[in-house]
Amino acid sequence: MSDAVRVLIVDDEEPARLLLREILAAEPGVEIVGEAENGFEAVRAASECRPDIAFLDIEMPKLNGFEVAELLAPEVAVVFVTAYDQWALKAFEIHAADYVLKPYRAERLREALARASSRRAGGAPAVDPAAVSKSARPAGSFAERIVVRDGPKVHVIPVDRVDCLEAQDDYVAVRSQGKKFLKLQTLASLAETLDPARFLRVHRSYVVNLDRLRSIELYAKNSHVALLADGSRIPISREGHARLAALLDRR
Amino acid sequence: MHPLLARKGRLGPYLAACTPLAAVLVAVLVRPGALSLLEAAAVAVPMTLLYAFLGLSAWYPARSLPLERGRLALVVITHCVTGVCTSAVWVFVGAGMVRLLALTPVFAALPARYAQEVPVLFGAGVLLYLLSVALHYVLVAFEAAREAERRESALEILARRAELEALKAQIHPHFLFNSLNSISALVASDPPKAREMCIGLADFLRQSLSVGERPAIPLSEEIALATRYLDVERARFGRRLAVETDVTPEGALCSVPPLLLQPLVENAVVHGIATLEAGGIVRMQAERSGRRLRIVIENPYDPDAPPKRRSGLGLKIVRDRLTALYGAEALFAARRVDGRHLAILSIPIRADA
Repeated sequence: MSDAVRVLIVDDEEPARLLLREILAAEPGVEIVGEAENGFEAVRAASECRPDIAFLDIEMPKLNGFEVAELLAPEVAVVFVTAYDQWALKAFEIHAADYVLKPYRAERLREALARASSRRAGGAPAVDPAAVSKSARPAGSFAERIVVRDGPKVHVIPVDRVDCLEAQDDYVAVRSQGKKFLKLQTLASLAETLDPARFLRVHRSYVVNLDRLRSIELYAKNSHVALLADGSRIPISREGHARLAALLDRR
Repeated sequence: MHPLLARKGRLGPYLAACTPLAAVLVAVLVRPGALSLLEAAAVAVPMTLLYAFLGLSAWYPARSLPLERGRLALVVITHCVTGVCTSAVWVFVGAGMVRLLALTPVFAALPARYAQEVPVLFGAGVLLYLLSVALHYVLVAFEAAREAERRESALEILARRAELEALKAQIHPHFLFNSLNSISALVASDPPKAREMCIGLADFLRQSLSVGERPAIPLSEEIALATRYLDVERARFGRRLAVETDVTPEGALCSVPPLLLQPLVENAVVHGIATLEAGGIVRMQAERSGRRLRIVIENPYDPDAPPKRRSGLGLKIVRDRLTALYGAEALFAARRVDGRHLAILSIPIRADA
């Protein structure tokens, strides 16, 4: 059946995967295209087997369910399946199709499947990566890492190793230790997840990690560039220079 | 402010208690060749009333000069001097009052007779003052005792609260939900294993409820309980979770507060094993050395694991509980060394255990 709903199962516990498989496999028109035990595997499996729906546990090794959701292709409908009820609100904020609490009845899972399938048919917006990266951390704290997908591979970059972020069309280039990672997100929405005392938007297209800032050089009259620890230079706008001066004064 | 005046309804009983004093004063003054009964009463009643208030002033020196070794001379001198002054004021005010009384013909002879009795009255005044000081020391001691009692009961409430938190924490709902989900999964595919898990879960819950009611249990029982918990978790995590126990025979006999290790063992699984793809070993070690019991719970963890909620809560519960039970005598530390997390605690061994 070519129009079968393609389903990916992600849970680090074997019995939990077993249960999902048992219920979903019995559904007509559902094809289980992959299973994963952790976040990295999930992202790899998703890029290989192109699922329509991902059933994701939240607390997992390597990447949590939210981080996985952030890295899935935007058209994949996400159903979270977890014992923790405190993430439910965040799940809906990021447009997850459903949120199923363990333990659950088979009907409940079928309901989630139906909801996710209808969303796919209706072409409703799937997971919004900007909203996800905002929600993937506990309230009141800032992101400690940035996850980036590179084909089937996932890079986890701790924020203290980030030199700067650069807007590039629909992407953000995350520059870290001489490498550049492209992430499908806007600069503003990614910057919003970071601690404003450590990361500053110095230019329309640049956010700099202040710990990596070596010096500020006068480039021309009223125009500055920032010299970073890795030797690279990034432009500073007039507003950026004012913000930088204000922040450095406070420090 | 003086405690007697600080609260309404205390002054009445206090003044009533002074009535016998007036009677004694009358008895002292009525002597042949001294005052008549009427004169004595007219002098003694108002003067007792006056002294009832003057005597209260002894509270201030009594409070500011606690009875301490090495300061006794200062205490005695201070109170004698204040006593003499108070008494002098008293006798002087009395003389004024007597002169007022002498305006009526009945008491015309009173001033002269009062003058005769001044040494007696003065002596009585000093003695009364010292009595008042003594009573005030009793009062101060009483208040201090009550304050200490209140502080102790506040500490006890704190200890109880820590106990309650510990008990609540050990019945961690997500552990139950996840375990029930595993049972739900196994019911169809592996019924004997599902049944085994049901029984394991029930055993753990029953035991943890029953030990929770006891003030202390042998470490061997605590370790057995933790092992049951880990057995249930192993059904979920499979080969990812291994357990090693290394408890010396003397250590096993030591008594510990029930469920003390539960939050630590749970942390070892939730923040340790569960963050690792390959899992690892949860190691429980304990040994007695002298009058102390040292317990170490060790597990590997992923330093790059995504941030979790609730982290640190288990450690806080253990720390609060140890403080409530042992004060500064208990030591507790959590360390991270080369990808391993160590929770180390050392508690005194109590004689009653």
